[in-house]
Amino acid sequence: MANKREPLSDKINIDMTPMIDVVFQLITFFMLTLKTVITEGDFDIRMPLGPSQGAVSDDPIPPVRVRLIAGPSGERAGISMNGTPVRDFDELQKKLVDLVGTGPGSRAEATEVELDCDYALKYDNVVRAITAVSGVVQPDGTVVELIKKIKFSPPKRPAG
Amino acid sequence: MARRQSDDGPSKTDVDMTPMIDMTFQLITFFVFTLNFSTAVQDERLQLPMSQLAKPAEGPAVDPITLQLMSDGNVIYMGEPLPVEEIGGYLENEKRVMLGAGKNLAEATVIVRADGRSKTGDVQELIKFCQEKGFEKFVLRAEYDEGK
Repeated sequence: MANKREPLSDKINIDMTPMIDVVFQLITFFMLTLKTVITEGDFDIRMPLGPSQGAVSDDPIPPVRVRLIAGPSGERAGISMNGTPVRDFDELQKKLVDLVGTGPGSRAEATEVELDCDYALKYDNVVRAITAVSGVVQPDGTVVELIKKIKFSPPKRPAG
Repeated sequence: MARRQSDDGPSKTDVDMTPMIDMTFQLITFFVFTLNFSTAVQDERLQLPMSQLAKPAEGPAVDPITLQLMSDGNVIYMGEPLPVEEIGGYLENEKRVMLGAGKNLAEATVIVRADGRSKTGDVQELIKFCQEKGFEKFVLRAEYDEGK
């Protein structure tokens, strides 16, 4: 008796269900763990507690004193640079550029800025002041660096 | 008479799965590439001040200690909010651990992530507590403003 065989099918059917299950589980996992990361940047500040005793400052340029005055609710009420009132942070930056200069011969590297802020002032203003004194953003997006040495005056907690 | 099964309509509908599989694999690829492995501390309770000059760090900070100051004056340390005045004890622990590991406190980086609405005095107090423990290197963190 002849051995009868079933003819082979031309098409192989692969069950896709497990793969699709896994793929959708992977998508679900990635979607749930997706975190939008905000780009953050830093301002580096080196601030030792105080100059060591007996140390003599060899810095010939006195620090530029920037005073930030707070209003009753912590908003900015005034700015002054070395005692001269300044209208806003743009003007502060202009005055600082006039003082230290940019490009060759600039004294920006050797100049230090001391920020003297009211206790209740909103911190956002301090970062804006640091931004204004740290560099100038050119229209093409490049940054001309200004002051790198920034320090704070000691905090003055209001009485009562 | 037995009823004959009709051969007219298809008994099985074959759906072409290829486009769907293509799309899902593209989605997976997208998610894999956008997966964030960064261990940067980003607390959503804080609203960082914005700056166009805040440079993204070029590399990981040396021995970082991250202190996060909320707008109400509390510091988030190890995930728990505590008053600024109480941070000294915790910093003392950090200092002891670092000194025990033979690290130089002056080279350790204190990352200050302060809310833009918090009082400047509180930020300064926080920095002062760190200075009193011997830390010198501070990083004030801000959100990068693209200025668009």
